[in-house]
Amino acid sequence: MVGIMEAIAVEHLTKRHGDIVAVDDVSFAVADCEFFVLIGESGSGKTTTLHLINRLSEPSSGRVLVDGEDILSGDAVTLRRRIGFVFQEVGLFPHLTVAENVAITPKLLGWRETDIAARVTELLELVRLDPKIYRGRFPRELSGGQRQRVGLARALAARPRIMLMDEPFAALDPLTRDELAADYRDIHARLKLTTIMVTHDMTEAFLLADRVAVMCEGRIVQIATPQELIASPADAIVRELVDTPRRRARALAEAMRAQDIQA
Amino acid sequence: MNEAWARLPDYLGQHVLLSVSAILLGCLISLPLAMLGYRNAWLRGPLLGVASIVQTIPGLALLALFYPLLLALTAFTERVFGFGFRALGFLPALLALTLYSMLPVLRNTIAGLAGIDRALLTAARGVGMTPWQSLTMVEIPLAAPVIMAGIRTASVWVIGTATLSTPVGQTSLGNYIFSGLQTENWVYVLFGCVAAAVLALAIDRLLALAEAGFAKRSRGRLVAAAAGLAIVVAGSLFPLIGTAKPTVIIGTKSFEEQYILGALIRDRLQDAGFATSSRDGLGSTVIFNALASNDVDVYVDYSGTIWANAMKRPDMPGRAAVLSQMREWLRREHGIAYIGPVGFENAYAFAMRRDRAEALGISTLADLARHSSTMKIGGDYEFFERPEWAAVKKAYGVGFATQRTYQPTFLYRAVNDGDVDVIAAFSSDGRIAQYGLKLIGDPRQALPPYDAVLLVSPRHAGDEKLLAAMRPLIGAINLKHMQQANLMVDRPDDKRTPEEAAHFLEGR
Repeated sequence: MVGIMEAIAVEHLTKRHGDIVAVDDVSFAVADCEFFVLIGESGSGKTTTLHLINRLSEPSSGRVLVDGEDILSGDAVTLRRRIGFVFQEVGLFPHLTVAENVAITPKLLGWRETDIAARVTELLELVRLDPKIYRGRFPRELSGGQRQRVGLARALAARPRIMLMDEPFAALDPLTRDELAADYRDIHARLKLTTIMVTHDMTEAFLLADRVAVMCEGRIVQIATPQELIASPADAIVRELVDTPRRRARALAEAMRAQDIQA
Repeated sequence: MNEAWARLPDYLGQHVLLSVSAILLGCLISLPLAMLGYRNAWLRGPLLGVASIVQTIPGLALLALFYPLLLALTAFTERVFGFGFRALGFLPALLALTLYSMLPVLRNTIAGLAGIDRALLTAARGVGMTPWQSLTMVEIPLAAPVIMAGIRTASVWVIGTATLSTPVGQTSLGNYIFSGLQTENWVYVLFGCVAAAVLALAIDRLLALAEAGFAKRSRGRLVAAAAGLAIVVAGSLFPLIGTAKPTVIIGTKSFEEQYILGALIRDRLQDAGFATSSRDGLGSTVIFNALASNDVDVYVDYSGTIWANAMKRPDMPGRAAVLSQMREWLRREHGIAYIGPVGFENAYAFAMRRDRAEALGISTLADLARHSSTMKIGGDYEFFERPEWAAVKKAYGVGFATQRTYQPTFLYRAVNDGDVDVIAAFSSDGRIAQYGLKLIGDPRQALPPYDAVLLVSPRHAGDEKLLAAMRPLIGAINLKHMQQANLMVDRPDDKRTPEEAAHFLEGR
């Protein structure tokens, strides 16, 4: 990644709620086209960090640079329209159809109706929902996985270069989750996106991430590639996090070997 | 019943015009206020508090309060800006009902907005909406069903409460109820109640349809509801279009005789080619002020009432002097035209059951004063507040153990049934004879004469055609005929309407 300009730089970011420090002096840089994962337990400050990057929350101190520019120097609404955001609860507007939900940000940006319609079709195809079937449906008529696909399409609608994702697959069943995660990894590469994703699932982090930042109690404990993380965890907490998928993989492997012997 | 149906287009149209205006104005004020309350939590408590307090004021009182308020305001604007407005009728009713409509709209709008899933608000910000876009594109559409439910509640309240606007001079379906109550015409009362209930129910059902349309996001339901509302409102207002031409407004106070005289005046004016409208069931002071400010154009008042209440004269120079001084005072102070006496007197007169009066040996107020400390007295809503009562107390030293107020209709029954021992009756009331009551003499002339007199508003004081149409009524009705006409309306059997009684008088 050397020599490539940083898409996002987070510098000494701190967020306090009264006496509680939600995010404590966090710094990291995300390169252009990188898939960066923030991982940690609930309450470790990862979602707050994500919110600070598109100003859904304002920092107590520190700063965030997007494409080299301090985000506090511009307008928050303009910034948010430039950055795609996928929510854990999906957050589709229940009174709008699939097409209307996807079209929101382009509409706010004042795109022409015909351009918006074409873009919606393109996006629904991208997230593998047949536009003919799903355009006019309401969110309540979709499955959880389909809803998150629409959420993804909505975040991508205004052609953002940066995507922020807050546990986007956490509420889905494992099969749907893997399928959607793989689809997104593909989209990330194809559209040359820069993605910061928050998760508490280390397996997911290993499968998707170029680099992983482990957070604990508002601080960053270690930033590394998945391989480095497995090879040399910085402390007991990271080791515990890394060991969980490893234990599961080992148990799975043994079960499968037993199956083979029986056969 | 046919009479009732004939009045329906006018009453219903006025009722709908008033209610719909109040609901629209109420929404226009309440919705933005609710948005402010939703965005500013500190404002929420005071806002809902004030609206709740308004709701605890009885509807009738709230309506009544706006009349003096507007009267003071119009006097002020007239002095400062040189123009005034009508303090009686549509305006006070509209303002009171608008206030009345606010609480449910405020409460539901705030609750509906506050009840939206927080995650959706974060999502709205996340996709790049400004606070205003979030409000209009997400929050209001999502809260719409709850807001509609509030508007629905407000509408039913307003349509019901609008029946109380009759005493402030606004025609409504309440006219059936108030005039029915005065004349013991229960068919009228029932007719008014049913008409108001049917209207409220129809509007409620249509708004429920709109509410479901918002909740289920069904365009068809919304269109159907809007079309239904448009039909009901337009259909009700249609008969009013023809009556928009200038009319002569006939006022009546709240008892039978006044309704009969009102009908009589209406017949005369319509025969002379005038378009007329009515303000029925007004209080004594209200109707006089309304005449002076051209909110009422013609009515019958009683000389003693004007002498004591309006002119505030404590002296009693005798009948002829009262009439001539009153005539001069009306012209000088208010520009009111005094046409002349109708021919009979409707005085306040104290009455008792004959057997009881004879047993106690009471024939004058002086006799009554000796027994009054253990007696109960009944009067109409106004009497005990009037200067005449103060004059009687002063002249004879009467002081009763209990005093009760009654609807004039029930006054005579109350004394006949022994609920009270003596009543402040009206000398032209047919029920004095019907119940065989004894009138108590007033040898010290504490009570002034009460000649029924025809008065015309300053606006029409120079209208020769109108004055000419009224003049044949001067001296036309004697006491006996008026008592008979009153009894026709009051009696429980073979009851007649005020219009029929007016026809009877025309035949005399």
